[in-house]
Amino acid sequence: MDAHPMGDAMAAVDLGPAHAVLERMAPVDHGHAIPLLQNIQDTYGYLPPSVLLELSDETGIPAAHLFGLATFYAQFHLEEHGRHTVRVCRGTACHVRGRQVIQEAIDEELGIEPGETTEDRRFSLETVACVGTCFLAPVVMVDNDYFGKVDPKKVGDIVAGYE
Amino acid sequence: MAMVDTASRISSPSDLASVQEQLAAAAEGRRRVLVCSTGCLAIGAREVEATFRSEVAAAGLEGEVDVVRTGCHGLCAMAPVAVIEPHDIVYGRNRVKYVPNVITETVMKGEVIRRFCYGRDEAMAHTDDIPFYAHQTKRVLRNVGRVDPTEIDDAIQRGVYGAAATALAGLEPDQVVEEVKASGLRGRGGGGFPAGLKWEICKQNPGKDRYLICNADEGDPGAFMDRALLEGDPHSVLEGMIIAAYAVEATGGVIYVRAEYPIAVRHIRIAIDQARERGLLGTDILGSGFSFDIDVREGAGAFVCGEETAMIASLEGQRGIARPKPPYPAVRGYYGEPTVINNVETFANVPLIVDEGGAGFAERGTDGSKGTKIFALAGQVNNTGLVEVPMGATIRDIVFGIGGGMPRNREFKAVQMGGPSGGCVPAAHLDLPIDYDSLKEVGAIMGSGGMIVMDNTTCIVDIARYFIAFCAEESCGLCAPCRLGTPQLEEILNRITEGRGTLDDLDTLESLGEVVKEMSLCGLGQTAPNPVMSTLRHFRDEYLAHVVDKTCPAGVCKALLPVEDGKDT
Repeated sequence: MDAHPMGDAMAAVDLGPAHAVLERMAPVDHGHAIPLLQNIQDTYGYLPPSVLLELSDETGIPAAHLFGLATFYAQFHLEEHGRHTVRVCRGTACHVRGRQVIQEAIDEELGIEPGETTEDRRFSLETVACVGTCFLAPVVMVDNDYFGKVDPKKVGDIVAGYE
Repeated sequence: MAMVDTASRISSPSDLASVQEQLAAAAEGRRRVLVCSTGCLAIGAREVEATFRSEVAAAGLEGEVDVVRTGCHGLCAMAPVAVIEPHDIVYGRNRVKYVPNVITETVMKGEVIRRFCYGRDEAMAHTDDIPFYAHQTKRVLRNVGRVDPTEIDDAIQRGVYGAAATALAGLEPDQVVEEVKASGLRGRGGGGFPAGLKWEICKQNPGKDRYLICNADEGDPGAFMDRALLEGDPHSVLEGMIIAAYAVEATGGVIYVRAEYPIAVRHIRIAIDQARERGLLGTDILGSGFSFDIDVREGAGAFVCGEETAMIASLEGQRGIARPKPPYPAVRGYYGEPTVINNVETFANVPLIVDEGGAGFAERGTDGSKGTKIFALAGQVNNTGLVEVPMGATIRDIVFGIGGGMPRNREFKAVQMGGPSGGCVPAAHLDLPIDYDSLKEVGAIMGSGGMIVMDNTTCIVDIARYFIAFCAEESCGLCAPCRLGTPQLEEILNRITEGRGTLDDLDTLESLGEVVKEMSLCGLGQTAPNPVMSTLRHFRDEYLAHVVDKTCPAGVCKALLPVEDGKDT
C-alpha cells in the first residue's frame, strides 16, 4: 500500500478486528453502514482510512459513501483519538450559565482546542450540542461520566481522574 | 424487590394481571430508598447509593429496606435526590456522611431531617407539600423516579403493559386509531401534528411492510424530557409503541436514539431484552397472535436527523439529509414503505389513552391541545428540573409556581421555548396559557418542551446569535437558503454583538430571515430564523442598544463593555 495518495493516513492497521466486526454483523448491506462505522470506531477508537477501504471491498458499499458518512456525522473521526474524550456542552442552559469560561479553562488545562488531541493521546477535546443535563449547567462529560455545575477552577481536578 | 415467581413468559392478559397483583402485594408498604441514578449521577448519586446499600447491610436491614436505582425525580436543582417510601419524603443534596442518620431516622421511623428538605423547611418534606410537585400533574412521568428502569417487574407492578393487554385483547386496530384520534393527542416532538390522523394516513397507504419509528433523537439544546422518559421508564415507551404498532399493523419498529444519551441507550436496550423474554415483545405478544419487534439504532451526532426524512435517510445508511415533503413518511417512509414516526413522549401518552378512552384523555388540556406536557426547566430559575403540567398552564405557573422564580430575586426577562426552532417569550406574556397554538401566536413554538429561563443577565442578541450559530453549524448543506442563509444571519449578529452593527442590519435580518424561512427545504431551515425574528419582535430595544448606543444592557457582549469591566463576563 505504498505511495498511496492518502499518504500517512494509510499507515498499516491490523485489519483482523475489522473482519471480526463484519463477521459479527453479517450480512452487512447499505442500511447497516452507520452501525458498521460505529462498531469499527468502538473497536479502533477511530475510523482508520485503510479500514474504510477494506470495508468497502468487503461489503460493496462505495468507499466514497463511507467517507461521506464519516465526515458528515460529528461522532466519527478519521484520525486517532485520545484515550479519553472530554466534551464541553454548548447547550443553551450551559451557554447562559457561563460555559464559555469553562471552555477557556479546559482549553488551557489541556493545551488544545476543540477538535484536537493532546500529544500524549491522553485526551481529545470536543464540544457537544447538549447532553441533556441542563439543570446542572454548565456541564462537562469525560467519556461517559457527567460533571455538573462545573467551576472553572475545578477543571484540573476533573481531568486528573483520567489516565 | 422480593422476587415472586414471575420470571417466566407471560402468555395472556390474565397472566399479566395475576403477575401484577402478586408483585403489587409484595411491594405494598415496603421501605424503599429511591435514589435518582440518571441525571444525579453527575453530582455524586452513585456514591450516595453505594453508602445506602452498605449502611443498610451493616444495620442488618437488607430484607427490610430496598435501595433502588431510579430515574429522575424532577427536582434536579436539589441533586442528588432520593425519595423515601412509604413515607414519600423527598431529600435533596444528599451527602454520603449523613446516610446513616437517614436510615435510622427517616427510613425506619419516618422522621424528617430538616437539612435535606426543600428549602430546608420541615414543612416541605413530602412530595405533596412542595410547591414544585404540588403544582404538577404527573401522568406521563408517573413511574419515572418510582421504578428501577432496569427491572421489568417494577414496571409491571406499576401497571405498565396493562393498556397493551387491553388493546391487543379487547380492541380492533381501527378502534385504537379512533380512540387516539378522539383523544386529540398531538405530536410531542414539536410539530404538534395529530397522532391519530398520522396513524390513519399510514394505514390507508398500501405497502409491503409498514414501519413504526420512535424519534428519540432529542437534539434541541435545553431539552431533556425524552432522555428522562427513556432513562426512567423505558417500558412505558415500549408499551406505547406496541399499542401503536398494533393499531397501524406495523411489521417492524425502530428506536432512533441519540448516542449522546448513553444511559438512555442502555436502559432501552435492557428493557427490550426483558420485554422479549417475558413475551411482551416479539412473537405472539401476550398470546394475542400479534407479533412486533423493535430495533435500537444510535444516532451519530447530527441534529438534522431529528427531522423525520433526515432520520429515515440516516436509518437507511445515508447521510442525514432531508428530502422534500410530500410525500410524508406516513405515505412513503422507511425503505419507501408507509411509516409512522412519533416522538418518545407521544408514545408514552398512548397507554393513558387506552386506559381512559380518547374522551377521558381529552378532558385535560385546552381546546386545541389535549393532555399534559413535560417541560425541561433550566437556565436562570431556582428549581431547574423536569416538570409535567396540563396543556393550558401559564408560563407564570411553571416559572414561578413550580420553578420558584429567579435566583437572587433577579428580574424575569424571557423564557426561550422550542430551542433553535423556537422563540423568546417576554414577561408581557407570563400569563399566556401554553398550548401549541398560543405559543405560535407570540412567535415561539411548543417545540419539544425545553424552557430556558432568562433574567437580566442574559443578552437577548447573544442568545439569537447562539441559536443561529447552532443552526448554521448543523445545517445539512443540501438546500441553499439554509446552507448560505444561516451563516449570513450569524455574521450579521456577530457584527451587532461586536459593536459594528447598523440599523440596516436589523432590516436585513428580518428580510433574510423571511427568505430562509420560506425557502428552506426542511424544518431545520424553516424554523432556524425563529429565535432571531422573535427576539427582534419582542426585544427590539435591546438590539437598538447594541446598534445605536453601542452598549449591551445585560453586560454580556464583551466588545460593548466598558474596558475595566471586560473581565466581568
